[in-house]
Amino acid sequence: MNIIVLMKRVPDLVEDLEVDDTGKALDSEYLKLTLNEFDDHALEEALLIKESGGGEVTVVALDDEGVDKMLFTALAKGADRALKITGAGEVDGNLQLARMFAQVIGEQPHDLILTGVQAADDRDGQLAPTVAALLEMPCVEVVNGVTPGEGRLTLHKEYAGGVLAEFEVDLPAILGIQAARQTPRYAPVSKVRQVQEATTLETVADTSGAAPSEFEVVVMTPPETGEGAQMLTGVEELLEILETKGVIG
Amino acid sequence: MDDRDKTMAVRERTRDESFVESEQVILEGIDISGQWNRMYEPREITDYDLTYMDKLTDIPGAESMGWCYQCAQCIPACPVDTAGGDYGPRKIYRRLQTGTDIFQHQDMWLCTSCMNCLRVCPKEVDMIKIMPAARAVAVLEGQVPSELQEMFQSVAEYGNPMGQSARRRTRWTRGVEVDVRILPKDPAPVEVLWFVGDYYAYHGRGNDAAQAMARVFDHLGVDFGILGADERCDGDSQRLAGEPGLFEELAQHNIEQFGKYEYDKLVVSGPHAYNAVKTEYPKLNGGGEFPVEHYTQFLSQRLEALQPRLTKPFARKVTFHDPCYLGRHNGEYEAPRQLLMAVPELDLIEMFRCKQQGYCCGGGGGGMWLDGLAADHQVERLSENRVKEAVFVGAEVLAVCCPYEVSRFEDAVKSTGNDGKLEVLDIIEILDQCME
Repeated sequence: MNIIVLMKRVPDLVEDLEVDDTGKALDSEYLKLTLNEFDDHALEEALLIKESGGGEVTVVALDDEGVDKMLFTALAKGADRALKITGAGEVDGNLQLARMFAQVIGEQPHDLILTGVQAADDRDGQLAPTVAALLEMPCVEVVNGVTPGEGRLTLHKEYAGGVLAEFEVDLPAILGIQAARQTPRYAPVSKVRQVQEATTLETVADTSGAAPSEFEVVVMTPPETGEGAQMLTGVEELLEILETKGVIG
Repeated sequence: MDDRDKTMAVRERTRDESFVESEQVILEGIDISGQWNRMYEPREITDYDLTYMDKLTDIPGAESMGWCYQCAQCIPACPVDTAGGDYGPRKIYRRLQTGTDIFQHQDMWLCTSCMNCLRVCPKEVDMIKIMPAARAVAVLEGQVPSELQEMFQSVAEYGNPMGQSARRRTRWTRGVEVDVRILPKDPAPVEVLWFVGDYYAYHGRGNDAAQAMARVFDHLGVDFGILGADERCDGDSQRLAGEPGLFEELAQHNIEQFGKYEYDKLVVSGPHAYNAVKTEYPKLNGGGEFPVEHYTQFLSQRLEALQPRLTKPFARKVTFHDPCYLGRHNGEYEAPRQLLMAVPELDLIEMFRCKQQGYCCGGGGGGMWLDGLAADHQVERLSENRVKEAVFVGAEVLAVCCPYEVSRFEDAVKSTGNDGKLEVLDIIEILDQCME
């Protein structure tokens, strides 16, 4: 089975995010990019599928400063190929990104495409369905468990309120992964170095002609600070509040 | 013949068929079979699968596991066994001998590399070399406990096990009233380059100790500076837990930072940083050593200046926990005690297991991030065992000088029901409290 994993780098939330002087974008001075954690789960699920039934895993990401380390790490974890999309320039939004990915996927052998269900910089969950629409293939989102079968997959999808559904999907298909069956594995530094010395990343030029979105950021601000939580000092205080609110008699 | 060859030769010999006893041997017409005068059955040891014994002892650094002759002196010396962990080199050897795949077994991860077993081992079975080497193989094979994996990930990504931003490394300086020079911003020569360490920089109780250190240095007129956001984890625990590549990356980074500044002394807060910089960093620095001192060593050499400034009495019974990597590993038992004895009215009492025989806190060798695994396979935490001893000898304060220990022992004080009976303080906090 040929599995493609779409990966992207997002602002690292470990750093304090600040809005720059234009008031329309994040201040890039201290901005650190890191692999979208949902994409890390997508890669883990892809590796688990490969380990259980064979196949080849290809990871794809847009070229940027620092993407090489992310791709070498994916190879060290067990991916077979890494593709860097070059010449994409500034990418604005998932529609443009989906077009770029769709073009690359179209040129590669593919049975299954996995990506994170969402990312810290979008939270719209639109990447997988948009790629699916462009390539005219089925898509299931919020997947947290994949069982490979003959020409099809059995999936678990999570709904709000803890409701789970089981799906069967014909291949080729694209999945938005919420969580892999196990914690994404760790790639030891020595293994990453080994891969880095022995492998060259493949590049593919972006020829999708995908245009940036026509939306314009008018203003970007951090969320307003609320009044804050009331810290209680003891059980008595809690009981008093519950009584006042009529929760207990 | 080096150690590895010796082990190989011994193993080859024991496999040689000429060493397997025959059922019956008649030599020149006389029956010299051994069974009639022996109360034991023929040894069944060759029936077991030695795959994993071989796999382990074939790893460079781990050969000495094969030297064990089961005398078991290590077992009462092993802090993990003492805490109900059914552990120790002899037991690991026996499990390997009977076919256990140690690479998928908790035995791979319970050792805290405290070195107490090596102290008593007549065969020099060296867990300090065996464990990091064997764990490195396990890590490469993807056999890492998840809690440890999370720590590796954080250190690889952010340079500290807490997964915090490097920029926050200096946040603790905001709460201290003395100037803390951050060398990357002010690179003039300095007397002391202070390697603050992760727990002092990021952990709440570590921050207290870091602030105390800054105040004590200031009192003594020590000209000091820190690396700030450019400092990375010392890497010693990551090395011992089986990530040598990560250790090298961290060490090379720190060595490069040390090289940027002129300083007389490199003072470290933690025994692990001390061990790493003293014995491991030179191997990555073309043999070049660093003028490194643990803070207790640095201050104990300045007792003449320090003692007159310790004016407030500290009239409490204090016991001291020797950190494995300052004491047993690096032979320093006196410096911390000299500092404590310099404090007015402080009553220093020793626990039974002290100095060379000091008990381990459980945080070494990656144990700091393996609490869940330890809880699953031990009756109690090592830190709990230790806290009970401190209470037993009548101590009111447990003094420590390793940044891992304050939080470990404070948790153990609570979990053993000794809250309010025993206070855990870093020695630097006691010194700070006693200065005007």
